[in-house]
Amino acid sequence: METTRTLQRALRGVTAAVLVFVYVPIALIGLYAFNTNRVPTWPPSGFTLDWFGKAAQSSEIRSALLLSLEAAAGATIAALVLGTLAAFAVQRYRFFGREVVSFLVILPIALPGIVTGIALATAFTSFGITFGLGTIVVAHATFCVVTVYNNAIARLRRTARNFEEASMDLGADTWQTFQFVTFPNLRTALVAGGLLAFALSFDEIIVTLLVAGAQETLPIWIFNNSIRPNQGPVVNVVALLLLVLSAVPVYLANRISSDTTTIGP
Amino acid sequence: MMASGPTRNPSSLRRLAGAIYRRPRLQLGLLLGPPLGALVFVYLGSLGVLLLNAFWQFDPFTGRVLPNPTLDSFAQVVGTPVYRDVAIRTVLTAAAVTITDAVIAFPVAFYMARVASPRVRGILLVSVLLPLWSGYLVKVYAWRVMLLNNGFLDSILSPVGLRGPGLSQTSAWLVFSYLWLPYMILPVYAGLERIPGSLLEASSDLGGRAWATFRRVILPLAMPAVVAGSIFTFSLTLGDYVTPRLVAGGTQFIGNIVYENVGVVGNVPLAAAYATVPILVMIVYLLLARRSGAFESL
Repeated sequence: METTRTLQRALRGVTAAVLVFVYVPIALIGLYAFNTNRVPTWPPSGFTLDWFGKAAQSSEIRSALLLSLEAAAGATIAALVLGTLAAFAVQRYRFFGREVVSFLVILPIALPGIVTGIALATAFTSFGITFGLGTIVVAHATFCVVTVYNNAIARLRRTARNFEEASMDLGADTWQTFQFVTFPNLRTALVAGGLLAFALSFDEIIVTLLVAGAQETLPIWIFNNSIRPNQGPVVNVVALLLLVLSAVPVYLANRISSDTTTIGP
Repeated sequence: MMASGPTRNPSSLRRLAGAIYRRPRLQLGLLLGPPLGALVFVYLGSLGVLLLNAFWQFDPFTGRVLPNPTLDSFAQVVGTPVYRDVAIRTVLTAAAVTITDAVIAFPVAFYMARVASPRVRGILLVSVLLPLWSGYLVKVYAWRVMLLNNGFLDSILSPVGLRGPGLSQTSAWLVFSYLWLPYMILPVYAGLERIPGSLLEASSDLGGRAWATFRRVILPLAMPAVVAGSIFTFSLTLGDYVTPRLVAGGTQFIGNIVYENVGVVGNVPLAAAYATVPILVMIVYLLLARRSGAFESL
């Protein structure tokens, strides 16, 4: 089909407008983090760095940041181990119920967030497990597995098994083949999947709020404080921090591996 | 290369490697055991516990849950007009959000897949991916700030004599559509990119004008991708209680009722029974989506 000049121009216009629509709210929060006025009126009234100082002094925010980092680190490690194993099993073996594994991996993010959250919360309560870092890590790991799994399986699909067979023919055992052939091939895919898992965990609130008990992650802190009046400017600063710490891993993941452009397996 | 092996005792490790190598079923079991065990035990197990709780009895006087099998909670969900209204409102909002996103996503995805240069396409892909994977709460919060009385929206709309929608049900639709848009653009882009150029040429060789080609070639071929994206827009809307809490004023959605019954009231059986509504809706939706071949486009 010949796309006419007019059509092309119209499409470009729509795309540009949509990008503006997507990024204006985000940019606005960045802007308000430097605003002198406590109330987010438009236009901003003046430039200040005071709110950053206030945020840095808050022990509440510091401990929320620490908890979020710990949870994301734990969930990423669990997702890396489980996602890689599942990807190898599904891509390298033929067995009954192979599609079920893919389905099971994507289910925790495909089902509505409230369902995942309340199911895990109810199960933890039933087994007498205290809410805290442990429950957050377990909850996050269940829906983070999919990012590692996707990236690993896409990479495995594209790498021929010949290299591994050649390595074994040349006398390497299973470990050596994994160490010198399989793993180097897979490395960037795993790093990209791990970065996405980190971002997903760091940013999550819908499930987290239900399994965190009295603990506050960074998103929970923002949620609790965004409804209180007079906390506005400091919330803007923390929101900016949360945005940067979850967007940078996604950007890096995309630079490292092109397999990050799909949501499901 | 042999000397750089990871261990001091290569012979026994090598023997173990050989033993595992000769048993493919054992390999599969070792690979599949931990992830499958974790997902089945933790995730499916939790869903099972949730479902079980829907059949327990809640004592409103003591606030305790008693393990007496009953259908009271389901009767309450079906029989209370508020719960029915909230369920209908949530599903209709999810449908409206899905349609809105499909309409907006299509031209953007088409531009990315068929018009943009490779360099621009790369930039656009990153611009869509970043808000897909990150900043959920920041975006909801940003909208709350923009929607507040005399905030950004009221200010920029006042010269034309308009006001923003404030914190309302309309805002919930607007913000949901905003949030899940990347989840629609990405699969549709992938779907459009897969359409062979020769099909479009054939259509125009046979006299098909742009509109005819779009309606009779592109749209049918891209439909599974749109359905794939809609799984996310639909499911994410059904399962969200944070966005309504922050931008919808007092308007309630399924998630809010479930959340309040777990957190505030402690009526887990009712929350569990009500949570079966989005689960059932999604099961029906996934079955319909599967028939349209959307799973290959995820």
